[in-house]
Amino acid sequence: MTTKLFGAKVARVEDQRFLRGRGRYADDVLADAHTLHAAVLRSPHAHARIVAIDVDDVLEIDGVHAVWTHEDLAGAMAQPLPLLIPHPALTHGRTQYALAKHEVNYAGEAIAFVVADDRYLAEDAVARIRVEYDLLPAVVGIAASRAAEHLVHEDVPGNVGARLEQANGDAAAAVEAAPHRLSLDLTIDRSSCQPLETRGVVARWDTDAGRLQVWTSTQTATGVRAAVAAKLGLDLGQVDVIAPDIGGGFGVKINHPWPEELLVPLAALRLGRPVKYIEDRREHFIATAHERGQVQHIEVGFDDDGRVLGLDVQFWHDHGAYTPYGLIVPIITSTQLLGPYKPGAYRVRFESIYTNTVMVTPYRGAGRPQGCFAMERTMDAIARELGKDRADVRAVNFIQPEEFPYDHGLVFQDGRELEYDSGDYPASLEKIKALIGRDDIEVFRAEMAAQGRRVGIGLACYVEGTGVGPYEGAHVHIETSGKVKVATGLTTQGQGHQTAFAQIVADELGVPFDRVEVTTGDTRRMPYAVGTFASRAAVMSGSAVHLAAKAAREKALRIAADALEVSVDDLEIDGGVISVRGTDASIDLGTVAVLSNPLRYAFDEASKAATQFTVGDPGKPPVADDDEPGLEGRDFYSPERSTFASGMHAVIVETDPDTAEVRILKYAVVHDCGRLINPMIVAGQIHGGVAQGVAGALYERMAYDDAGQLQNASFMDFLMPYVSEVPEAIAIDHLETPSPLNPLGIKGAGEAGVIPGSAVLAAAIEDAEGFTLTAMPISPSELFHLRQTEET
Amino acid sequence: MSEERHSLRLRVNGAAYDLQVPARRLLSDALRHECGLTGTHVGCEHGVCGACTILLDGQPVRSCLMLAVSAEDYEITTVEGLTRPDGGLGPVQQAFADTHALQCGFCTPGFLTTVAAGLRDNPDPTPAEAREMIGGNLCRCTGYQNIVAAVLRAAELTATRARGGGR
Repeated sequence: MTTKLFGAKVARVEDQRFLRGRGRYADDVLADAHTLHAAVLRSPHAHARIVAIDVDDVLEIDGVHAVWTHEDLAGAMAQPLPLLIPHPALTHGRTQYALAKHEVNYAGEAIAFVVADDRYLAEDAVARIRVEYDLLPAVVGIAASRAAEHLVHEDVPGNVGARLEQANGDAAAAVEAAPHRLSLDLTIDRSSCQPLETRGVVARWDTDAGRLQVWTSTQTATGVRAAVAAKLGLDLGQVDVIAPDIGGGFGVKINHPWPEELLVPLAALRLGRPVKYIEDRREHFIATAHERGQVQHIEVGFDDDGRVLGLDVQFWHDHGAYTPYGLIVPIITSTQLLGPYKPGAYRVRFESIYTNTVMVTPYRGAGRPQGCFAMERTMDAIARELGKDRADVRAVNFIQPEEFPYDHGLVFQDGRELEYDSGDYPASLEKIKALIGRDDIEVFRAEMAAQGRRVGIGLACYVEGTGVGPYEGAHVHIETSGKVKVATGLTTQGQGHQTAFAQIVADELGVPFDRVEVTTGDTRRMPYAVGTFASRAAVMSGSAVHLAAKAAREKALRIAADALEVSVDDLEIDGGVISVRGTDASIDLGTVAVLSNPLRYAFDEASKAATQFTVGDPGKPPVADDDEPGLEGRDFYSPERSTFASGMHAVIVETDPDTAEVRILKYAVVHDCGRLINPMIVAGQIHGGVAQGVAGALYERMAYDDAGQLQNASFMDFLMPYVSEVPEAIAIDHLETPSPLNPLGIKGAGEAGVIPGSAVLAAAIEDAEGFTLTAMPISPSELFHLRQTEET
Repeated sequence: MSEERHSLRLRVNGAAYDLQVPARRLLSDALRHECGLTGTHVGCEHGVCGACTILLDGQPVRSCLMLAVSAEDYEITTVEGLTRPDGGLGPVQQAFADTHALQCGFCTPGFLTTVAAGLRDNPDPTPAEAREMIGGNLCRCTGYQNIVAAVLRAAELTATRARGGGR
């Protein structure tokens, strides 16, 4: 009997090519001398009118093939880029042009596009373009944007792109009537995804076939395909988009189309040569997207036990210069802020506001880290106010296991009700206390204090809506060789989908794991798909490949039953062979695949079995009305709503009494993502998420000056953690509360590790220092200054 | 007017590549585009991330900080050169597979070359030394947890293979 692979730590198949240096990332495609290379002129100013652009010098350079500004674009290409996710509250949404038309609104905005023989020449050419600017005042930071002394966009009053309010009950009245009240003002700074592979796009126009092929480092191949076809005026059927191996995404590659994702295909079309653009690291800092920046004001009313009776939240979300991704990030903050808790009444109001900085689109966690920060800071404040244990205050506010499904009475990011499907928060709390060693902390604290050392402990809880719709699909094809080819449309940035999805298919079809080959992110293989974001791939495509494999299995059993003249119920599949239980009669899947396709022409020995004088009932059509040739299964999974994963992090830190450096002594994670497909991969996702959470809490920020210049736009200055900055060990425990919403009971796992980072570290540092923290990230010098302020 | 090109011979993974490149061509670009060895990745082009690390006469070097024309006198090893002649994984590569020490795989070639050189100098590192060994390379996916484990595992595998046993 084949061992069940679902739930096993199966080694990743993709590692075999990555470890040999044989991955195919965007820059590895068409790496030959025939390919032309593009570079982009970017605005050096955060806010300016473009008076004139002079490109005359550039065309004289030997090896330059094209220089374009907005004037060279026509039709849809000359229009602003799409606003991908419109929302009625986004009354003043704005998007940039592929190349700036009259005005630039952040330092880094694309102005001109050059194609040359190689990247070196293209950059030479960019340096020779002369632009005359009329400088405008830059609006930088939430305070300046709210003050609205200057406007980012002339036609957006008050710099406000959107105002949104949601409520469940009368929160203001509940706060007013509560026995205890507190208000908090919190700040969280910007960071960004920083995948090790920057963006990259390569395009080739195939003149013979009349087709455009685009390889791009994206989280949505189908999204880019639709955008390229629409903007270039091509039929969808003329455009293939392939997301090759992708060197990390973390959210920034879900936004699309980036200017270069349109300009490179257009150049390939116009010049009749393959064209490639690979973003450099500085461009990735100043010309993609950031996230996280928010200012929050919280009013909370609670009873003597710390039970939240009313929670009234206002926040200001800095969305940068443009809003291509709509209101997704602040909507997630506003809804996921509630975490595992059930306040008596809740109101949230936010303004999504413009600044002359790089735009904001989702970064792993996508608004949840900020929401978690707001809620968990509030829980800690309540505990401090009442002199109660921080875990106890959380516990009295938990939604209880018997209360699921739990409807919060709000609308989530997918336009559906915010209704939690399942979870067990009290059980998670017990697990995290045990894992971090809560009972031993006071003894440890005293021991450390005796040595003149300060330690503190923090706890933070979160709930994460995962697996949002609308759908994903899968196609499973059992070839006559017995090999199984699987395709699903969403893309892969390191999550091991080729392994995890193959585990699901191998289980369902009863075939050896190594016969299953999974392709993701190739519109030629699966043209209907959404993308990889919101921890949705395992839930959505995992469910879809399961359903598609099930369809293929049913067909295989039906054909085998006919061939072996038995009932389907008597058959089983194992090791790629269908056999009749309790007998020697059997047929392998490859042969069934041969029989599934009635042939006129034999092409090899095996296929003779399916030719017209060999098989078939002469009285019936070779392919029945309700059937089709081939041993394939295709299905789509489209859930009613998201499924809600949850978890808790706890950390023990030591703060240096002299230098104010923060050292993590112990980090613990309890995580509930339903049933685990591959625990090794899930643990890896948590490790990476925790590292990004620690990074966002202690190291990373976007250091803009008042003129809107990003001062730390390199790995030299942006403090992305090396191994020396992450915890030496991360203790992980799982709870498996299956989701009732999908056939495999799974929930998403990709973002969980990052969500409580700032919340849990703020709590622990506060506990060590004895004064409250309201802004993250926190550097040693900031902590040092806080100490001085507290002393005076 | 075209850029002046220089003839040079690079010796990479035991093979010779005769190139004609401008003086300013980075070694990383020459390896990837001229030699077709795309296993070496470029993550920052300013020597900080370590993805482009290769071995020059066995010493780890950032190939984005070196010009191709200055690499002529060295034996260069890239990630492709860590694979065994029979196509099997070398001990460091195998250790990364065993411990799930990679996710997107983009930074991996730089870690593999760095660790290969590190273990030659220190075949039996402590966990603290393993962390030190990879302390100059950036990874955004793994949180480094399993990469540290991979260094220790690679040391184990190398020792086993040296004794003539194991994989």
